This record gives sequence, C-alpha cells and structure tokens, in this order.
Amino acid sequence: MNDQPEIKISVRGLSKVFGANPRRALEMRDAGMKRPEIFEKTGQTLGLSNINFDVHDGELLVIMGLSGSGKSTLIRCLNRLIEPTEGQILIDGEDITRLGEKDLLEARRRHFSMVFQNFALFPHRTVLQNAQFGLEIRGVDKAQRRRAALEALEQVGLKGWEDAWPHQLSGGMQQRVGLARALANDGSVLLMDEAFSALDPLIRKDMQQELQELQFHTQKTTIFITHDLDEALNIGDRIILLKDGEIVQQGTPEDILRHPADDYVARFIEGVDKARVLTASNAMRPVRATARESDGPRTVLHKMRESGIDSIYITSRDRRLLGLVEAAAVNRAVKRGDDHIRDLVDPDVPVTGPDEPLSALYGMFSPRSVPIAVVDEDRRLLGVVVKGAVLDELAKAGEPATEDDDGTPKIIPDETPAPLAVTEGVQ
Amino acid sequence: MEGVLPRVPIGPWIEAGLKWLTTEYSVVTRGISRMTQDGIDNLNDVLLGTPDWVFMAVVALICLRLSGWRLMLGAIVGLLLIDNMGLWDPMVQTLTLVVIATAVAVVIALPIGIMAALSNRLYRIVMPVLDFMQTMPAFVYLIPAIPFFGIGSVSAIFATVIFSMPPAIRLTILGIRQVPVELIEASDAYGATRMQKLFKVQLPLSLPTIMAGINQTIMLALSMVVIAAMIGAEGLGSEVWRAIQRLRPGDGFEAGIAVVILAMLLDRITQSIRKSRRDRE
Repeated sequence: MNDQPEIKISVRGLSKVFGANPRRALEMRDAGMKRPEIFEKTGQTLGLSNINFDVHDGELLVIMGLSGSGKSTLIRCLNRLIEPTEGQILIDGEDITRLGEKDLLEARRRHFSMVFQNFALFPHRTVLQNAQFGLEIRGVDKAQRRRAALEALEQVGLKGWEDAWPHQLSGGMQQRVGLARALANDGSVLLMDEAFSALDPLIRKDMQQELQELQFHTQKTTIFITHDLDEALNIGDRIILLKDGEIVQQGTPEDILRHPADDYVARFIEGVDKARVLTASNAMRPVRATARESDGPRTVLHKMRESGIDSIYITSRDRRLLGLVEAAAVNRAVKRGDDHIRDLVDPDVPVTGPDEPLSALYGMFSPRSVPIAVVDEDRRLLGVVVKGAVLDELAKAGEPATEDDDGTPKIIPDETPAPLAVTEGVQ
Repeated sequence: MEGVLPRVPIGPWIEAGLKWLTTEYSVVTRGISRMTQDGIDNLNDVLLGTPDWVFMAVVALICLRLSGWRLMLGAIVGLLLIDNMGLWDPMVQTLTLVVIATAVAVVIALPIGIMAALSNRLYRIVMPVLDFMQTMPAFVYLIPAIPFFGIGSVSAIFATVIFSMPPAIRLTILGIRQVPVELIEASDAYGATRMQKLFKVQLPLSLPTIMAGINQTIMLALSMVVIAAMIGAEGLGSEVWRAIQRLRPGDGFEAGIAVVILAMLLDRITQSIRKSRRDRE
C-alpha cells in the first residue's frame, strides 16, 4: 500500500567482459583497475561493470551514453542476446540469468518486445506479417494474431498499410512497423535500442511524442536506449547515464539537469541549456490582425480576407485574449444574418507566457497545428509562435551532444531548418 | 628426390578402398543402381512418350509464364531446330539425366549447406572438401563410378551428382550466412527457436542465392552428363562421342549446338524463376 510502483526489473551486480578469460578481468576490476588498463594488460574489454538499477512497473526509463559506453550491451544483457558474465537480472522476481535454453526462449516471448535502431524488419514479409512475427513465434492462432497485429498497426497510425512491403515505406513508417511488431507481441517490457536514432530530426520528435502518448496509455514498462541527451530529457521518466560501462548518474531529468553528478554529465548538459533558455519571446511574431468581440461578422470576415487568414484571434477592448474564430463559422453567421460573433469564439486556444522555454512549447503543437498565442500575466495578447519558428530558433541555438569519434560530446546543429508545412492561420 | 623417400601409395590405397566398398556394399550399390535406373527409364518413357509438339507447347507455356514472349519464341525455335537435326530423342535422354542428377544433388546439397552455414566446425570441414570436388578433373569421377554401378547411365548420374553438387552447397551456405545479423537478432529477441529462425527467416531470405546455386548445379550437370557419354550415358553426349570416333565434325557440331540450346533454355528458365520471385516481393 505505498505509492511507489512495484519493481518490475531489478539488475544487481551486472558485469560483462568480452574476451576469453573474463575472470581475470573481473579480478583486476575488483583490484581497482579501469577499463583501458584492463584492456592493455589482458586484451579483455570490460563492457559493463557492476551495474545496479531498478525499473519500476509502467515507467519509461532511458539509458543514455555515448558509443562505447555499454548501453547496447546492457539492453542486450537484459534478454540475454548477450550473455552477462556475472550478476543477476530479476524480472518479476525471476532470475533471467539462471534460465536454461528453453525457459529463456519462453521468457523472451513473455517478457520482451524489442525495437531496433535500424528497424530490423523482415524484407520478405508484409507490414502485417512483420507485426505478427512475435505472436507467430509464440504459436498464437491465426485469427487472434491477425487481430492483435491490426490493432497494433492502427495504434501506430499505419492502418491501411497492412499489405505493403517494408521497402515501400519511409524510415519513420518502417520504425512504426517495428513498434507495432513490439506492441502486438505484448511482452511485459518494451526494449527500445536507439529506436529513433536513424530517423531524421523532425520525424524523431514526432515519434518521441507518440511514444510518450502510447506509453502513457498502455503503461508498459519501457527501457529506451539513446545517445542523445535531448531525447533522454524529453521522454524519460528517469534517466541512467552510462560511461565506460559504469553508471555515472541516475535520476529524473530534473535531477540530472540541476545536480550533474560529475564533469562528464555537466559537459553533456551544457549543450542542452542553450536550447532550454530560449523562450517563447525569441520565436514570437507580432499578430497582424485581431478582431474585437464587439465586431460584427461582416467586419471580422473582411479583416480575415484582407490578411489572407482563415482564423482570427478575438480580443477585448484592452487586448485581453478571448479566443479564436474560424472563417467558416463567421461565414455561416453572415448567411444567417447574425449581428454579433460572441457565440462563435472558441476560448480553447493554446496559450503560453513569454518566458516559457521553447523546448516545452514544442510539445504543445500536436495534435492540432494551431499556433500558440503568447500572453502576459493579464492575458493580454503579445504575439504568436508557429511551429516553424520554434524549430528555426532551436536550430540556430544548436542542439546538444551528438557523439564524436573520440567520445567527447560536441555541439552540432541537430535540427535542420527544413522547409515546413505549418498552418500559419493567424499572423 | 626419388629414392630418398618411398613412394606414397595414394593410388593403391584408393583402389583398395574402392574395392572394399564395392565388395562389402554391393547390396547397397546394386539397390541404388536399380532404383536410379528405374527412375531414368520411367522419366525417359514419359518424356519420350509425349509427342514432341506437346512437349514444345508445355515448354513454351512455361517460358511465357515465367519470362515473356521473347524466351517463348527462343524456346520454340531452338526446340524445332533440335527436332529438325534429328536429335530429339538424345536431347530428351540428356534432359532426363540432368533432371535426375540435379534433383539428387539438390536433395543432398541443401541439408549439408544449411548445416555447414550454421555450424562453424562443419563449415571448416565442408569447405576444403568442396574445393577438392570442384578442382578434381571431372573425368576422374567417371572411373570409380564404373566398379560401383557398371557402365551406363547410373554411373553417369553418380559422377554428375558429385561434380555438380558443390555450387548448390556453397551458395546455400553463402545465402544463409548473408542474412543480416540484425534480423537474426530480431528473431532471437522474440524468442524464436532454431527451427523457427531457419524456416521463417534464414531460408526465405537466402532463397534467391540458393536458387542461383541450383542454377549453377544444373549447368554443371549438363556439362557432366555430356562427358559421361564416355562411360556409356545415352543422349547428346553419345552423339558427340560417336562423331569423334567416326571423325565426323558435322555431326559433332550438330549435337554440340543441341547441347548449347538445351543449356540456354535451362539457364533462362531457372533464372526467370528466381527473378519472378524477387519481383513479387
């Protein structure tokens, strides 16, 4: 009866040595030596060293690190695609590392659904057949697995693509199939190995958003691997930072931003802060046309035509924002012969303050691509922010931490200022 | 060097081994011999019993379905030419030998190829054996065939199977080993058993490569079946053989052209099976 959710996975003392004589490498580790030293002396690579963490039921845990940090090894140790050298992995109390071959297969079927960086779709199977794969392996009967696969495809927005072949789909859609394959299988844990890293930045943002929604609705325990700190901060309930096979820090995104555990983490975060201090006022544009609540429908329509827009903000006399009206609604009012627009105003428009960080604004755009109104404390309309402007500003600021060959984070622009189809309804 | 080291009696060893095999396992070899001979006779009867225009029509239809009117036209012209040269029956006999030898070779090659692809130890054993089989001059296989199965078509099949099998094994190994690791990883991650992985992922994905191997096997089988005329295999090869003995270059070339036509037909047809499969995906 506590409010802490139950522990789903518990990893204790997990280590992995690549090489023929792991014992010796572990002894040297216990004697206090670090990875490079051990490698130099024995030729063995200490992939993971004494990893301990818990995953709570229903949480989205991000494991983040640069290449060579051991994050891919770690996720593969969980379902034993890579055999751990020592340690325990408990799932619902059952130690995965002790299972025999047959029980391991069974555990993989029951517990794990995996999504891969390069999608790993089967090219000889249609989208639907790919989505069914896990259930087919389990021996679920045809009708049932078809139903589950169709449902999963609908969840990821691929309804109608069932009979397409993977090569006919874009990268983003292929990864949706990968996700559907995992969802249809309905394992109790979703493992995502750099699942969005191969996608271009805009699609990656969409997928992050959708994953969060999906995860929220299904409450499926999810372990997400990434090398991108921004991605980690964006989607993670909790983040584990890995470096050279060891955990450097774990905590909520907030913890990590506020109290970086060491220089390594701090250097990561430097890049992020830049994008984070940019606020709505940086990307705001002035509103060119507004209408008063006292205006008649014909006046409003005229203003909209003049500015070439199909919806307009309605303000009170002292420029307080009341809401939005659509051209179609005003048109109907004109035809009806109404002389006021008060009933047409939709008060439910997205608003934000001028000091809101841009990264927070990004999430507000979907599902409706309505611009966001920027208002002051008295709800006076200051300007609007459209989606394209947010991305432009983020691109200018440069996004953090893409890995370099030598493993040091460096700052390069991640967000390409691509031409965007944005609904710029109000200007 | 002569005199310093005693001569290693490789030849006598092999002969002793063969002699032992033929005497100890004569029941087996005779059984195989009878079965194979029956197979050859039956298939020959069926194919020769079919009127040549029916045969041509069937081949033309297959060509049209798998490839298109060009191949169909080529097939009809080629087969008419063979018929016209009076080589229809030898052509059918050769085809029978090729079909049976290929079938046997593929049935043996596929499991060996699959196992060698999945086991590194077997791979290290199989590879040098394949090198041996492929570089040994083809004629040599004809000699031990005779003590096993006597003069005739069965010996021809035996030698042909050995000679034509390597590419089917090699390309099966290659095809399976070429399947991207991430797909293997994906099927492992979803808990696929070894068999599920093989039949749902590895074999379907290596099918085009395996088909290429089978195509090679057919081509090699055809060339060997012709050579096997030397040990009494009937068909186009024996026409060539007769032409050599009688010093008649005209007859020899006619039979040779018939072989070429048959080879091209078999090659194009098997290749278009492969292509039409790929187009579908």
